[in-house]
Amino acid sequence: MYQDPVIAASAELVAAARETNIHIDPPRMTAQEKEDLLKTYHPDYREDQFEVLRVGPSKGQKVPRELAALLQGRSRISPSMDLRKADYETDVLVIGGGGAGASAAIEAHQAGAKVMVVTKLRMGDANTMMAEGGIQAADKPGDSPAQHFLDAYGGGHFAAQKDLLAKLVTEAPEAIQWLSNLGVEFDKAPDGTMITTHGGGTSRKRMHAAKDYSGAEIMRTLRDEVINRGIPVIDFTSAVELLLDESGRCAGAVLMNMETRELLIARAKTVVLATGGAGRLHYQGFPTSNHYGATADGLVLGYRAGARLLYPDTLQYHPTGAAFPAQIFGALVTEKVRSVGAMLINAKGQAFMNPLETRDVSAAAIIRECSDRGNGVKTPAGYAVWLDTPMIERKHGPGTIEKRIPAMMRMFGKYGIDIRKEPILVYPTLHYQNGGLKISVDGQSDVENLFVAGEAVGGIHGRNRLMGNSLLDIIVFGRSAGRHAAAKAAGVTPGRAALSHVEAFHAALDQAGVDTGVVSPKLLPTYNSLGKDF
Amino acid sequence: MEQMVNVYLYGKRYAVPASATIMEAMEFAGYQLVRGCGCRNGFCGACATLYRIAGDRELHACLACSTKVEDNMYVATLPFFPLVKAVYDIEKVRPSQQIMMQLYPEIYACVGCNACTKACTQGLNVMQYIAYAQRGEYEKCAEESFDCVMCGVCSSRCPAGISHPQVAMLARRLNGKYLAPICEHLDKRVEEIKEGRYEALLQELMAQSPEELRRLYNTRDIEK
Ligand SMILES: Cc1cc2nc3c(=O)[nH]c(=O)nc-3n(C[C@H](O)[C@H](O)[C@H](O)COP(=O)(O)OP(=O)(O)OC[C@H]3O[C@@H](n4cnc5c(N)ncnc54)[C@H](O)[C@@H]3O)c2cc1C
Ligand code: SF4
Ligand code: SF4
Ligand code: FES
Repeated sequence: MYQDPVIAASAELVAAARETNIHIDPPRMTAQEKEDLLKTYHPDYREDQFEVLRVGPSKGQKVPRELAALLQGRSRISPSMDLRKADYETDVLVIGGGGAGASAAIEAHQAGAKVMVVTKLRMGDANTMMAEGGIQAADKPGDSPAQHFLDAYGGGHFAAQKDLLAKLVTEAPEAIQWLSNLGVEFDKAPDGTMITTHGGGTSRKRMHAAKDYSGAEIMRTLRDEVINRGIPVIDFTSAVELLLDESGRCAGAVLMNMETRELLIARAKTVVLATGGAGRLHYQGFPTSNHYGATADGLVLGYRAGARLLYPDTLQYHPTGAAFPAQIFGALVTEKVRSVGAMLINAKGQAFMNPLETRDVSAAAIIRECSDRGNGVKTPAGYAVWLDTPMIERKHGPGTIEKRIPAMMRMFGKYGIDIRKEPILVYPTLHYQNGGLKISVDGQSDVENLFVAGEAVGGIHGRNRLMGNSLLDIIVFGRSAGRHAAAKAAGVTPGRAALSHVEAFHAALDQAGVDTGVVSPKLLPTYNSLGKDF
Repeated sequence: MEQMVNVYLYGKRYAVPASATIMEAMEFAGYQLVRGCGCRNGFCGACATLYRIAGDRELHACLACSTKVEDNMYVATLPFFPLVKAVYDIEKVRPSQQIMMQLYPEIYACVGCNACTKACTQGLNVMQYIAYAQRGEYEKCAEESFDCVMCGVCSSRCPAGISHPQVAMLARRLNGKYLAPICEHLDKRVEEIKEGRYEALLQELMAQSPEELRRLYNTRDIEK
């Protein structure tokens, strides 16, 4: 039961309108309606929140202000540090122990390379672990890679790099098969048919899931496999700078032990950067669904080493972040809640939009409802709309919620809200970095021998990503980066590793008169009450 | 003015907002977390924590990121616990009862004290899933343990030294790989793609003009 009288009164309106709303299928917006809505309400269109880069390979590119400060920040280390002694030597160095990094490590190992993983926190303390909803693949009759391409290309506003997207959709079924063969437990019918649902923006039901622990199930399986293979994982160790050799090829990284702050040198023939997203930078003050270490480090490292960015100005605000209670403010309410039948309802009990529009459109529509239209529910933290979860069991029978979205039931249950009986309050939360480092179809960035995979990549999805295509991309492009990095490593004769690119970057900052006053990568957000940066 | 409560972090008292989670309380007290903090929302198991409310005999276990503070709460975090993880080749193992005996023989030393179940931060019936594992009933073990976040709290309480989350991990992989029904439409589609059957369709689509792509997207039929 909601204690707050305003919230409780509105919840009653929602309950009263439930029987009517359940039979409504709100119309989808036209292309024009969507465009106008996005321009007026989506945070990506707030010009004052962006800044143009003045230094580096993507000079002239617009990025969020918080990211600009880091991209144009100073190194955490002195470029003249002694690099002669190598603490680690390997063929392939994987930076980041999430799903993309783990997939890359497994495939590089499979290809016979000597590989190691370094990661900021523990392996699996990562956005991958948190993915709830599922993973797309066109593996059913009536669906095809081309259909998948069309959904993703349109959903990404016709901006995806076509060759990357073609690879994503074509290799999707094999990615599911690979995971399945590793022991990932996808939801299946007794005859083995995958149980698949829609996600926002899909035209076919191709969302595969493992309950609403899809990412956790994938991540823990990949982690188990990495350990079984004896691949060394150096945890609580972050990359703070990349090393380049005399011909500008990536040759390893400078690492920092997160606990002792000791600096270590890792020499490698090729590097896979798989550091994930940026939610903990809290762009425009939004809360986030991301894990603690999501601070865009990979973008900073790659950028300083000379790699261009693609679409770094497009972020995904997930329409349904938890807006209440405070303890889970910003936490994700998976899109699957809508896939299985919950509708978005405003303070007056009206179903104000089709629940399966793409994320950016849904987020903008919720912001409109809570601002100009004045139909938001007042909460301690601001305004919110309802996600009418009791509808799910009205449509699909009792037990559906516990079976299909147990994590959601648990998350709210901890704070006394039974989502089977009561609707929940949601508002957009900073969720995903659509853009990132630009790559070739083999996964290599502009810097020779520097591969990038996962959320740190830009271009696979264009300017918006559909649910279920990110878990897919970390597997498809993670594996591919691992294979290519291993193959490439075989032909590399190590040169002299240096940090002269960092020195040059500092000089360029000086010359342009840019002083953002911060050191980067950020590594961890500043949450301690003393306000001390890590 | 926000209501405050007293919590004792490793025995030292701090006044923190009553609405805070244990994790937020630590940050409010000034801690810079490195260990013991991952997803911050109940998925990764990084933040296992033990606590006792002053005057209460019972020791509780929880996840610091998703548990609210209480007045007079004594908190000790358990950011690492030495679990045993047996190494195996998933291609070579088989879902027989024997494999558990080989890799995790200690599970047969369970004394049935139920301490694991009582401590589980996810409210799982841990003793039961260990019993399933003992009997080689991997499908049941997998189902019962599915929501495990591998925080290790159960293992910290076990007199038999069992590494429950690792046992469950093995059971789930065995179930997923060997026992779950085979998905025919998936295997078929992978083959068809290898044969290049969908290539032409995709190439044709990609070659369309931007206007045509837009039209195709905006008029595509959506499965009910
Ligand atoms: C709550 C939530 C739900 C989601 N649900 C879905 C879904 O249903 N379907 C879907 O397709 N996608 C979903 N996503 C998106 C998807 O999970 C992520 O985009 C994807 O898992 C990212 O994988 P990754 O391997 O690139 O990054 P991550 O999994 O975040 O891994 C990156 C790793 O790199 C480490 N790292 C960072 N910086 C450094 C450094 N400097 N040095 C060393 N290591 C570093 C991090 O600590 C982390 O371990 C969701 C995301 C979130 C947050
Ligand atoms: S079974 Fe053990 S490891 Fe898993 S969630 Fe419960 S207490 Fe944590
Ligand atoms: S705590 Fe250990 S001994 Fe006790 S029931 Fe659980 S597994 Fe058995
Ligand atoms: S921080 Fe991940 S479960 Fe608490």
